[in-house]
Amino acid sequence: MQTPTHGIDISALGRDKRSLNLADETVAIEVPKLSLFYGEKQALYDISLNIPKQRVTAFIGPSGCGKSTLLRCFNRMNDLVDGCRIEGAINLDGQNIYRKGEDVADLRRRVGMVFQKPNPFPKSIYENVVYGLRIQGIKQKRVLDETVEWALKGAALWDEVKDRLHESALGLSGGQQQRLVIARTIAVQPEVLLLDEPSSALDPISSLKVEELIYELKARYTIVIVTHNMQQAARVSDYTAFMYMGKLIEYGDTDTLFTNPEKKQTEDYITGRYG
Amino acid sequence: MSDKRNTRTGWFKSGSPWIWMNGGAVSIAVIMTLGLLAVIAVRGLAHFWASDLIQANYVVPGEQPRPVIGEVVQREQVTRERLQGAGLPVAEEGSEFMVRQLLKVGNREFGADFVWVVEEWMQDVTRPRELLAIERREWGNFYGYLLAVRERGQLVAEGEAAWSALQERLARAGKLFDELNRLERVDIGAINYGMERLRLKTRGLQLDDKLTAEAQADIDAQRAEYQAQYRALEDRLAELNQALSRDSILMRTAAGQEVEINLAKVVDVYRPNAMSTTEKLGFYGAKLWEFVSDDPREANTEGGVFPAIFGTVLMVMIMAVIVTPFGVIAAVYLREYAKQGPLTRLIRIAVNNLAGVPSIVYGVFGLGFFVYVLGGSIDQLFYREAAPSPVFGTPGLMWASLTLAILTLPVVIVSTEEGLARIPRMIREGSLALGATKSETLWRVVIPMASPAMMTGLILAVARAAGEVAPLMLVGVVKLAPTLPLNGNYPYLHLDQKIMHLGFHIFDVGFQSPNVEAARPLVYATAFLLVLVIATLNMSAVYIRNHLREKYKALDH
Repeated sequence: MQTPTHGIDISALGRDKRSLNLADETVAIEVPKLSLFYGEKQALYDISLNIPKQRVTAFIGPSGCGKSTLLRCFNRMNDLVDGCRIEGAINLDGQNIYRKGEDVADLRRRVGMVFQKPNPFPKSIYENVVYGLRIQGIKQKRVLDETVEWALKGAALWDEVKDRLHESALGLSGGQQQRLVIARTIAVQPEVLLLDEPSSALDPISSLKVEELIYELKARYTIVIVTHNMQQAARVSDYTAFMYMGKLIEYGDTDTLFTNPEKKQTEDYITGRYG
Repeated sequence: MSDKRNTRTGWFKSGSPWIWMNGGAVSIAVIMTLGLLAVIAVRGLAHFWASDLIQANYVVPGEQPRPVIGEVVQREQVTRERLQGAGLPVAEEGSEFMVRQLLKVGNREFGADFVWVVEEWMQDVTRPRELLAIERREWGNFYGYLLAVRERGQLVAEGEAAWSALQERLARAGKLFDELNRLERVDIGAINYGMERLRLKTRGLQLDDKLTAEAQADIDAQRAEYQAQYRALEDRLAELNQALSRDSILMRTAAGQEVEINLAKVVDVYRPNAMSTTEKLGFYGAKLWEFVSDDPREANTEGGVFPAIFGTVLMVMIMAVIVTPFGVIAAVYLREYAKQGPLTRLIRIAVNNLAGVPSIVYGVFGLGFFVYVLGGSIDQLFYREAAPSPVFGTPGLMWASLTLAILTLPVVIVSTEEGLARIPRMIREGSLALGATKSETLWRVVIPMASPAMMTGLILAVARAAGEVAPLMLVGVVKLAPTLPLNGNYPYLHLDQKIMHLGFHIFDVGFQSPNVEAARPLVYATAFLLVLVIATLNMSAVYIRNHLREKYKALDH
């Protein structure tokens, strides 16, 4: 394991230097036209965008702009909110996830989510990681053991916890807990990872570790990340969407959006005039 | 600055009066609790101490001196006028107050076993070492001098030799009595129970028109076997009875009367004046153990309270087994599944108000609905052969537990709901986001995390249920239950039986007993025991809860 103080080269994080073009990417999630209402109040207005496969897409925007709400549409987490109503569709692998008869539990297995604050269950580290597998009814110890190992390695946590897998997960530090949550999420082998401000509750070093992890996970998963931190978005994402007041203002590859935004609002936000 | 602090308003503003007030309130609460415990503990536990016996001449002015033997139970100061008012020949002059004593003189067959005496008139007070106290199975204690020990009317020992002979023979009698008791209650009880089951079986077959000659023969054979067993036991019983009543002792009362007492009627003998403090301590421990482990005697005014402890604990446990799943499921539905709206609010208000309904109302409901309607229907459906005597259609353990379960249901529901509400949303979402359904999330994460709150509910429920008496008098608690509800006869746990209960025992001993003075210390002792039992039940629940809390301690948010 690298020591956090000097092992992470920020400039090396983030995007490949080759130029990216949204039109050339394979689409993982297609949002044709989506509106969302909380009761009478509309929260999202006619959002249309395509999330590219095995890339990191960041949603940025001021608080309350609807970026988390949009993210929570991808695994239908908004279903839990009373009075939330959706118009339009979201297609995952060409299937509308809002169609009748969709198995929401299975959808959420395919579209994993990591939340703002680390939320490990009050169980052992091991039980946290295998939780999703147990839900699926997998009981063979060998399978579970193997999954724990690769998921924790995948979340860059294995070396730190391999000797105390059966201790409570609540004994871990905040950053370790967040990586455990990521391990728990990838243990069920989702196609898409939704990260809802995954490092906002962490200290800068843990935060960098999580960023590094995102960069590594990109090879296998389609990642959508919501962040308040524009430096973070610039560092980790391939594509960035800027949202404002429930509308998608601008969406494109991160380099272009940050260096040469098309819209005035985007520029104002990036340069810190508001938000 | 300092000026301001010295003024009265400054003092009020500093908040000190509030702190003093709060501290005062806490102190008063603590003092009251400790005081209560101290009073019942001292009054109850002192009863088991072997206090000295005194011998004296009681000389009421103008009357013949009367020799008395007894133990001083109570001393108090009374005014001279009051004694005069009671018709006692008290002299006119002298100090305003006089001391009178309550003397336990025993020997109830010769008159009252408690007498009030004026201390001034007690003369020649001595504490002879030979004074003997006899604890009897009937008629309470006997105090007097041991004259002789007899075997079938023949003199065996006299004088000081009689004391050791008595102890020896009493140990033998005690063993015989225990055996007799076991034979009667366990062995013959089992035979009676078996015979009753055979009778019910016959009756059941008759009702179904299936009583073939074959079945009848089979039953007759079994019955014959029981009867043979019974005859054998009966012979042994007669033999034991013979052996038990072999020895007797000759005693002399204070008045000089000679009384013969059969050892079969004696529980224990002791010479309190000859006992050292260590011996007394040992005696005290034995008596205390007897109190918690023995059956009651003499209309509950003597002996132990074991069946009452057993009944209380068993009833509370069955109640907990019923109320916990019931309350938890109701709370889970209310909090997790039910659509939150006016209806759920109404239900919640109703549940909360249920906790305020006087407990006797639950008793009436239990009797009217559980015992008569439910129990009656069960009898009609499953126990037709027992008719006309009811099985479940009469108050019993199951109905008592069920009634208490309803009584405590609101407590469990409310605290479980609070516990569920406290589980962070993040945790539920974390589980759902991994592909768990709502019910999987509930059972695997939410309910384990809410389990300490459920235990809190259960603790409150147990505390309330164990102390409840009023409803139980209607639905299953009696003054004296012949057998324990859990015994060696199939099906071992008899939910249809009536039980004894510590709370009701206090009421019964204190207010229904023929001998108030003898019963009073037992009221305190039983009350103290009830508090102990509830505390123990609570402590064990608290222990489990703390363990769970440690295990499922929620995230720091």
